Order: sequence, then C-alpha cells, then structure tokens
Amino acid sequence: MKATFAELNELPGRLIAVEGLDGSGKSTQIRLLQRWLETQGLKVYFSEWNSSELVKAATSKGKKSEALTPTTFSLIHATDFADRYERHLLPLLRAGYLVLCDRYIFTAFGRDVVRGCPPDWVRSIYDFAALPDLTFFFKADLQVSLQRILDGRPKLKFFEAGMDLRLSTDPRESFRIFQGRILEQYLAMSTEFNFLVIDANQQVETQQALVRKLVTARLNLSSFKPDKPLPEPIRSTPRPGNPSRTPAEEREVSE
Amino acid sequence: MKTRKAKRSRPVSSPDIVVPQASQRRWYGHGLPGVDLEELSGKLIVVEGGDGSGRSTQIARLIDWLEASGHGTKQVGLKHSTLVSEELERAQQGNILSHRTLSLFYATDFADQLENVIVPALKAGFIVLADRYIYTLMARDLVRDLEFNWLQNLYGIALEPDAVFYLRVPPEELVQRSLAKYAALDYWESGMDLGLDRDIFNSFLQFQGRMQERFQELARHYQFTFVDANRTVDELSDELKQRITAVLAGK
Repeated sequence: MKATFAELNELPGRLIAVEGLDGSGKSTQIRLLQRWLETQGLKVYFSEWNSSELVKAATSKGKKSEALTPTTFSLIHATDFADRYERHLLPLLRAGYLVLCDRYIFTAFGRDVVRGCPPDWVRSIYDFAALPDLTFFFKADLQVSLQRILDGRPKLKFFEAGMDLRLSTDPRESFRIFQGRILEQYLAMSTEFNFLVIDANQQVETQQALVRKLVTARLNLSSFKPDKPLPEPIRSTPRPGNPSRTPAEEREVSE
Repeated sequence: MKTRKAKRSRPVSSPDIVVPQASQRRWYGHGLPGVDLEELSGKLIVVEGGDGSGRSTQIARLIDWLEASGHGTKQVGLKHSTLVSEELERAQQGNILSHRTLSLFYATDFADQLENVIVPALKAGFIVLADRYIYTLMARDLVRDLEFNWLQNLYGIALEPDAVFYLRVPPEELVQRSLAKYAALDYWESGMDLGLDRDIFNSFLQFQGRMQERFQELARHYQFTFVDANRTVDELSDELKQRITAVLAGK
C-alpha cells in the first residue's frame, strides 16, 4: 500500500484531492474550500487535472484529431500529472503548502481501466505519486450528474463522451454508459483508498459545511500559516477559485 | 521450386523470394489493449547504438537490401510521432521537464508509433526496422536514476522484437565520429542535463560510457545481439545481413 504525504514524514505540506464524476459538483466544492482557506491567510495552492501548459498542447491535438488510443490517452495524462507533480506539487509540499487537487491519480485509475488498460499497468505508472492526505469523493446519483452535464452542454466532445470505446453511436448514450462504468470504478476504489464520501445530491452549502468540518478535524490548519508575510502569487490566468464563473462554466467537463 | 527449364524460358531473372517463417510473438508485459498477436505476421528488427554508431547508415542499407529481396519494409525511429514530437522538441530545448515527465513523454511518443506505425506494418506482413526502441529510452532513464521496475512495467506495452542488434562502438570512437560529422556535440547525447561535467567533451565520454553500462545491464533482461561496429560500413553491413537472413529463416 502506498503512503500518504503525512506518512512520508518528510514534507510539512498536505494534499487534499477531490474526485467524482463530471457534474458531481466537486469543482465547485474545492473552489469554495480554497476560498475559505485563503481567507484565513493559509498557504494554499490549487492544481487541476490535465493543466500542464506544455503537455496540454499535445493532449488537445490528440483529442481534436481523435488520434488517441487507450494507451496513449493514459500515457499523455500521466505525463501531464508527472509534470505538475514534480514541478509544482512536490516543491510546494516541501514548502509547507496545503495543495488542493481537482482530480488526482484515481481519475486515471478509473478512466484508463474503463478504456481497457490493465489496472496493474496503470497503477504502477503512478507509483511515484504519494496518496492524498484527504480524498473527498463526491457521490451523486448517476442520473443527477448526467443531467447536470447534458442540460448545460448539448454537444459532447469525442473523448469526454467515451466515443472511442464505441459504446454507442449516440454521444449522449455513450456518455451515459461511460460515466456509469467510471462510477463503478470509483465505488470499487472507495474503501481501498479511504475516500471521504460526500453525498453530492445535497445542497452545495450542506456539502461545503461537511467538507470544512472534516478538513478542520483531520488537519492542523494553523501549521499552514506563513511565518512571515509572503508576496501575492502572480497569476497569468484568471484565478481558478474565482466564484464569478457562471453555472454554465461550472458544468465544464474536465477531460 | 522452379525447374531449370522454367528458369531458362524467362529472359528476366526472377530469383526465389524467401518467405519469412512465422514468429512467436510476445508482449514484454501487459501489451496493448485490443491488439491480437496472432495477426502480426511481419518481423520486427531493432538496431540500437549511440549517436555515431552507424545506425542510420546501416538501416538505409538494410532497407535497400530487403526491398530488393522482395520484402515490404517500414522504418521507424524515436521522437517521430505526430502526437507529441513537436512538444517534446520544445520541452527539450527549454530543458524544463523533470526526468520522469520527459520519460513519460517519450513513452507516449513510443506508444503512439507502436500502435499507429509498427503494429499496422506488422499486420500487413512488413519487415519493420526500428532505429532504436524501448532500450535506448530505458537506458537514458536508468542513467537519470529512474527505477528499473517502473520502466519495465511502463514498457510492458512493447512487442518483443525478432532481433535486437546493438552496434557497439567505444565512447572514444563515438566522440570522433560525432565531431567529424557535426563539428559539435549534441547537448542531450552528451548528457549535459546531468551535470556530470561542465566540459561537453568530458561529459559526452562519461555519459556514453554510462549508457553502455546500462545496456549491459538491460541485456540481462532482454535478448540483445552485441555487434562490433568499430569497423567498416561494408563489414558491419555484411554481418547484419547474414544475421537477418537467419532471423527470416526462423533460426
């Protein structure tokens, strides 16, 4: 069994990850958590799945031309993750940050296996990554999360709908089956990886109250206060935690 | 088999073309999902060796020879995939990626070519000549302290080739050949990112020496044929042809 960052005993930082289906509301929840932690003046960093600048260009090219196979899909996401992990996450954890991740290795474990990659192979590739100290799994009824996505976005992209699996020629039907299979994978991982399961059918506020309560109980938040004032982070792109995003944007599927 | 009489009656010579014997195809590990090994009737031949070992020259000759002998051939190399080669190039120029990220990037490039070039060519019954394969990638990563077990799992997607020829040239000779060719040493082929020596000449020698050591280690897990490449192009070419003829005959 892999170790969490706390168990590594080398890094003062801690990592919190959120996982769940597209449309489960996990991105909203982690943004609200980020806002709350930042208001308290803590050292916080947010990282999103599939967001490494350099790797992203190759990923979107592969997706646009529908040229990715299950193996290259898996490897290119692992490349993206490794880049963020070694360039951002690890140094920040060494510097005592609270790192928040919108999706972590479990997203790869679920999706790649549904796409037909051998589970052992996928897991071993991510061997270099420690486990999050807290993993929140936002468990919504399949119908609820499907509806949230399908209501807001009539056109589904090829890979997000799992069209490469040839489950159905209808993108919406393919998306339903694909998401259903990913949910099965999440549920199977839940106990193994100590997911903190949040009922995502509840109100946003109810969920956030529970998330904050659990974070306070499990982590010593005062240890993430900087000893001295630090400069404001330079952000080239809009803050991911900006609450002014519209509900439609909230529904964006992260591929 | 043609009779003498039949041969004489044709003005243009039509030599017998050797149909290769079927291979016992295997994956090194889990393999690629959705690919049936039974369908891969071609041959996969790998040529490995450092920069300046004469790989490209030899491969060009082998292709001419194989095609003249009636075999469909396909050449593949590293960093040629349409998927990530551009981004890889950019990353290398900036030298901004960690060892593991670069390793996974190269693995993605390899997987893309394996699925989109090598496998289709083998299905079509071609002889695929690979200008380096997973071993160069693994040796580079091993020199950069990545774990063997991790790499072995990662490259478990690869097909076991029918033959792997490692062209052995001492680093002292490689440095001479590289300088004669380009009048300069390549940053990556000199392992300058490792900080072994600020002097690129020393760094090249040390790095190529380490690469050869890693290949010796890899030879314990993978079947290599080490070929002395410190001789003339013709001599080396003759040996490779002889060995490949044996491979095609199933020996």
